[in-house]
Amino acid sequence: MYNFDVNNIRRDFPILNQKINDQPLIYLDSGATAHKPNIVLEEIKKYYEIKNANPHRGAYQLSVLSTEVYENTRELVRGFINAKSTKEIIFTKNTTESLNLIAFSYGMNFIKEGDEIVLLIANHHSNIVPWQQVAKTKRAHLKYMYLDDEGRLTEDEMKEKISPKTKLVSLCDVSNVLGTVYPVKSVIDYAHKMGAIVVVDGAQGLPHRKVDVTELDADFYAFSAHKMLGPMGFGVLYGKEELLNEMPPFLTGGNMIEYVSEEETTFAELPYKFEAGTQNVSGAAGLAAAINYLNEIGMDNITAYEKDLTAYALNKLLEIDYLKIYGPKTMKDRGGVISFTVEGAHPHDVASILDAYGVAIRSGHHCARPLMNFLGVAATSRASFYFYNTFEEIDVFVDSIKKVRKWLGSGS
Amino acid sequence: MDLNTIYTELIIQHSQNSHNKRQLPIADFKERGHNPSCGDDITLEIKLRDNIIEDASYTGVGCAISQASTSIMIDLIKGKSKEEALDMVETFLAMIKKDITDEEELEKLEDAIAMKNISNMPARVKCAVLAWHTLKEIIK
Repeated sequence: MYNFDVNNIRRDFPILNQKINDQPLIYLDSGATAHKPNIVLEEIKKYYEIKNANPHRGAYQLSVLSTEVYENTRELVRGFINAKSTKEIIFTKNTTESLNLIAFSYGMNFIKEGDEIVLLIANHHSNIVPWQQVAKTKRAHLKYMYLDDEGRLTEDEMKEKISPKTKLVSLCDVSNVLGTVYPVKSVIDYAHKMGAIVVVDGAQGLPHRKVDVTELDADFYAFSAHKMLGPMGFGVLYGKEELLNEMPPFLTGGNMIEYVSEEETTFAELPYKFEAGTQNVSGAAGLAAAINYLNEIGMDNITAYEKDLTAYALNKLLEIDYLKIYGPKTMKDRGGVISFTVEGAHPHDVASILDAYGVAIRSGHHCARPLMNFLGVAATSRASFYFYNTFEEIDVFVDSIKKVRKWLGSGS
Repeated sequence: MDLNTIYTELIIQHSQNSHNKRQLPIADFKERGHNPSCGDDITLEIKLRDNIIEDASYTGVGCAISQASTSIMIDLIKGKSKEEALDMVETFLAMIKKDITDEEELEKLEDAIAMKNISNMPARVKCAVLAWHTLKEIIK
């Protein structure tokens, strides 16, 4: 059960109150990026109006204020994901940079020739390409865990691929294409038994459900502010302190140093060791506002509402016989992302036609080419929901899909 | 946006079962065109006799707009010299960019003028121009 009024929530999001192609905007692409409530926009503006200065630098009051904004966000993020220490919270520019930091700092230094890196076939390119680079450079082997007919990872498949040779496992907690929720906790427990560490791409998971990195025992957890109501250009990497301590810096320069001489440098302590250069403080201000907003509504409320909304959409779509749905056909292990193809229509045409009805959905390969190959499709259309979407919007979305084939001259 | 101006009958016809979607028995040129961000992927085949495009065809996958644009282009360039075809490519690309709007100047594009309204759909421009850029690679 959930406890909020979606119409009140929608009033907090100025962008939702507009027309596209003379139709009310129906935004079903929150998996790509989420919209921002007023409070986030206001906090970013307020930062530049009264607190802007370079943090961690000046002796003057303004710089202290800026530092406070930045470091308060770190504490807020720590609490939000229940990390043990703010030393374990590294700020980056997005999930992609967080994953690259792990690949280049941990992977390039601790993965050796012959080691195995195990990936989930549903991973986004950002959680595949960096590992390919590591595997090539270090002569390690890449192995993929494949999916069953409904896009789930079975225990057998996991146990077949993860072995004592595995050094690192990296997977998403929710697929950005299929919407499948993966059994991250089981993977982590099993991988740890085999002596491997586990990286979790939480870009699609964290915005929609409560995540507790300590309970999960994840070694690394990466996510982006912009998919959880915050601004673009701000991301987070959680890493266990003992791992981060052993890793060399990823980027070097200002802010991340302790002492610098002509030849040598000692590095700052965690988390600053990984934060080179002037940081995105307005981004931190925006993320803090976003987390406060999410906390006020309650993550459990959000999860419950999206579950009902997704079930409603899924059932309506399953009734259309010329539609093929990828991923789970029931709500078991399913989040609010639905990929589909319309028989006789290319996904790009589907997206363009829906756009004419004001409905914004994504089409293409969703930065997951290996998954597309595995599924045997070149592209799909994808609708992804957030708690500001309504049941009425789902009705318009489904009605618009029923008009697609008429425009393309096939079917009714 | 009026979908009637985009998904016209001509475009729908060309996108479905085009007579140009086949392989040539003998091709002088084979060029692949690819939109990595969306997956439109065509291979254009050309047979030349002297300087004249004697035959052309394509294979591949893509949306209705990319497929129709390719098929219409092939109808247009068959029997033309390389120079004439190149001029048509430049005119088509200029039409999509709205650099040329004069109807008389566009007349030589014949059925390909049907693609003009794609210029109002920035997200789909790359679909419409894919085949034309691919042809340009061959004949430039």
